[in-house]
Amino acid sequence: MTTSSKPRTLFDKIWQNHLVDVQEDGTCLIYIDRHLVHEVTSPQAFEGLRTSGRKVRRPEYTLAVADHNVPTSDRSAGIADEESRIQVETLESNVKAFGVPYFGMTDARQGIVHIIGPEQGFTLPGMTIVCGDSHTATHGAFGSLAFGIGTSEVEHVLATQTLVQAPAKNMRVTVQGDLPFGVTSKDLVLAIIGKIGTAGGTGHVIEYAGEAIRLLSMEARMTICNMSIEAGARAGLIAPDEITYEYIKGKPMTPKGAAWEQAVAFWKTLPSDEGAVYDKEVVLNAADLVPTVTWGTSPEDVAPVTGVVPDPDKAATPGKREAMLRSLAYMDLKPGMKLSEVKVDTVFIGSCTNGRIEDIRAAAEIAKGRKVASHVRAMVVPGSGLVKQQAEDEGLDVILKEAGFDWREPGCSMCLAMNADKLQPGERCASTSNRNFEGRQGRGGRTHLMSPAMAAAAAVTGHIADVRELLS
Amino acid sequence: MEKFNTLTGIAAPLPMVNIDTDMIIPKQYLKTIKRTGLGQFLFDEMRRDSTGKENPDFVLNKEPYTKAQILVAGDNFGCGSSREHAPWALLDFGVRCVIAPDFADIFYNNCFKNGILPIRLPQEIVDLLMDDARLGANARITVDLEKQEITRPNGEIIAFEVDSFRKHCLINGLDDIGLTLQKDSKIAGYEEKLKLSQPWLAA
Repeated sequence: MTTSSKPRTLFDKIWQNHLVDVQEDGTCLIYIDRHLVHEVTSPQAFEGLRTSGRKVRRPEYTLAVADHNVPTSDRSAGIADEESRIQVETLESNVKAFGVPYFGMTDARQGIVHIIGPEQGFTLPGMTIVCGDSHTATHGAFGSLAFGIGTSEVEHVLATQTLVQAPAKNMRVTVQGDLPFGVTSKDLVLAIIGKIGTAGGTGHVIEYAGEAIRLLSMEARMTICNMSIEAGARAGLIAPDEITYEYIKGKPMTPKGAAWEQAVAFWKTLPSDEGAVYDKEVVLNAADLVPTVTWGTSPEDVAPVTGVVPDPDKAATPGKREAMLRSLAYMDLKPGMKLSEVKVDTVFIGSCTNGRIEDIRAAAEIAKGRKVASHVRAMVVPGSGLVKQQAEDEGLDVILKEAGFDWREPGCSMCLAMNADKLQPGERCASTSNRNFEGRQGRGGRTHLMSPAMAAAAAVTGHIADVRELLS
Repeated sequence: MEKFNTLTGIAAPLPMVNIDTDMIIPKQYLKTIKRTGLGQFLFDEMRRDSTGKENPDFVLNKEPYTKAQILVAGDNFGCGSSREHAPWALLDFGVRCVIAPDFADIFYNNCFKNGILPIRLPQEIVDLLMDDARLGANARITVDLEKQEITRPNGEIIAFEVDSFRKHCLINGLDDIGLTLQKDSKIAGYEEKLKLSQPWLAA
């Protein structure tokens, strides 16, 4: 630990708190406080432990759940797809053999790893959290350093509770002012990615700061940190504050009583010091933002919903022009087309980006008293069993079903289409997920990323639409 | 992990920016519980049409690139998901080295864990190597990790940078976990300290 009085960033503080060893060449060994495990990126890691006769060093710091492969329809009959079933069964036998806590497919707490961590209080400020999934950055909303790792690193963490890492650089994105009417944190993060590009954060941890961020709820903050990876960043961070403490207080795994007071006192020391230096700074004005959608096949391909499909001939570089031409051909769009005239076939509301209760409330607000357009298939997939339960307690499922939305069981679902929920070739989808890559939601499928309210607006109008015109 | 010393092989040109891990290995192949056998599905949606027929225009379907051991690609290679299936698929196809202006962080890390050398070079140098890779049967490049040098088909030498610890592990085929376990007393010491400083974490 350093005793230097040099002002430090939130990232610097968490990093230095977790150093176990620093080699002469600067390579660091850092301690990992919490490890989330799912079925897709863990089988080879457990197999590695088995063949080398190693055990899980800290099973109690580990939490496993199946999310990517699980069906979002009735689960009583199990998983029909054989490979998916084998993968989930492999996770079940591995957690049993290695003593890792696990939420099974019929447990009400089952859900997407990045939804259940915060929900259970498994995620706390100041921690290091990893998972074999790039959207681990979600947990950074709590002021914890959270990042995705590959399967070799999953095995490394299981065996040693540490990781070999080089420190990241510091980047700060400051958003001044408050978000205007009808603009959500999803619009904000899409605008940030559009501004800095999908490699804009490479090698950096992005700290989101400024008035707009401070005013956001925890769930809205999670949406922003979640998509840090789409800006190329290793992680996203937001300093913990009263909104954070209020959200985590009383969750099943959060400290209680005197331990809570002690933890909060420690967490209050985490925010970046006055005068801390960042390697890169970006400033946005919230007032400039409007509801935002993607038009291409990279998350940086964003435009205001009031805008048009851009012209590749105006691209900044030849490489970018090539990429745009390929994107537009794949997306079957022409430069100059109004985005609000693009018809959709499917609407997907869910994922670790936008599958929380506030997201479902936002969709239900638009759906209430309206009907899904006759040519549109619209589905809502809650992020976890507990989100589903709460939505049903609030009657949101009834509103959505009455409007013609399909109300599903929790999981990753059509965000990456590893289960049965996928787009057909050529189908166009308004999606609240995080990636619009070619084939991401199904081979040949065309994805437009947007907020839950915007996706609901697309469902009821049948085309990409400016949600502000539907809000009262 | 297989050691990496010197590699001489065919380099294939992939002049696209932002090649993501969904392109490298689509999700339907992530259901495996093994590390091997993914090479046949590398770049599947570009290599084959929806009926499974090979696309004769895709570079890795053309000779001599069906035996490519090196890829030369555009900026931000490997962006997107953390799936290690991406380097597993490359390795299983026979690729041991990827050269690009820059890589996504997680993919870059994952390469080193699997005996693949990712090399970052400035765009103008990658452009030269991209032209070399278009030479078909003459697209032979040598990568010497010890010397940190690439030899172009015309004999010209290009130097590259690589982190010294990662280089050491790659050249010796070292398993990270074994090395870390040698520091067990340091890890245990850290855990003891943590019990006092942040007792709620151990709860």
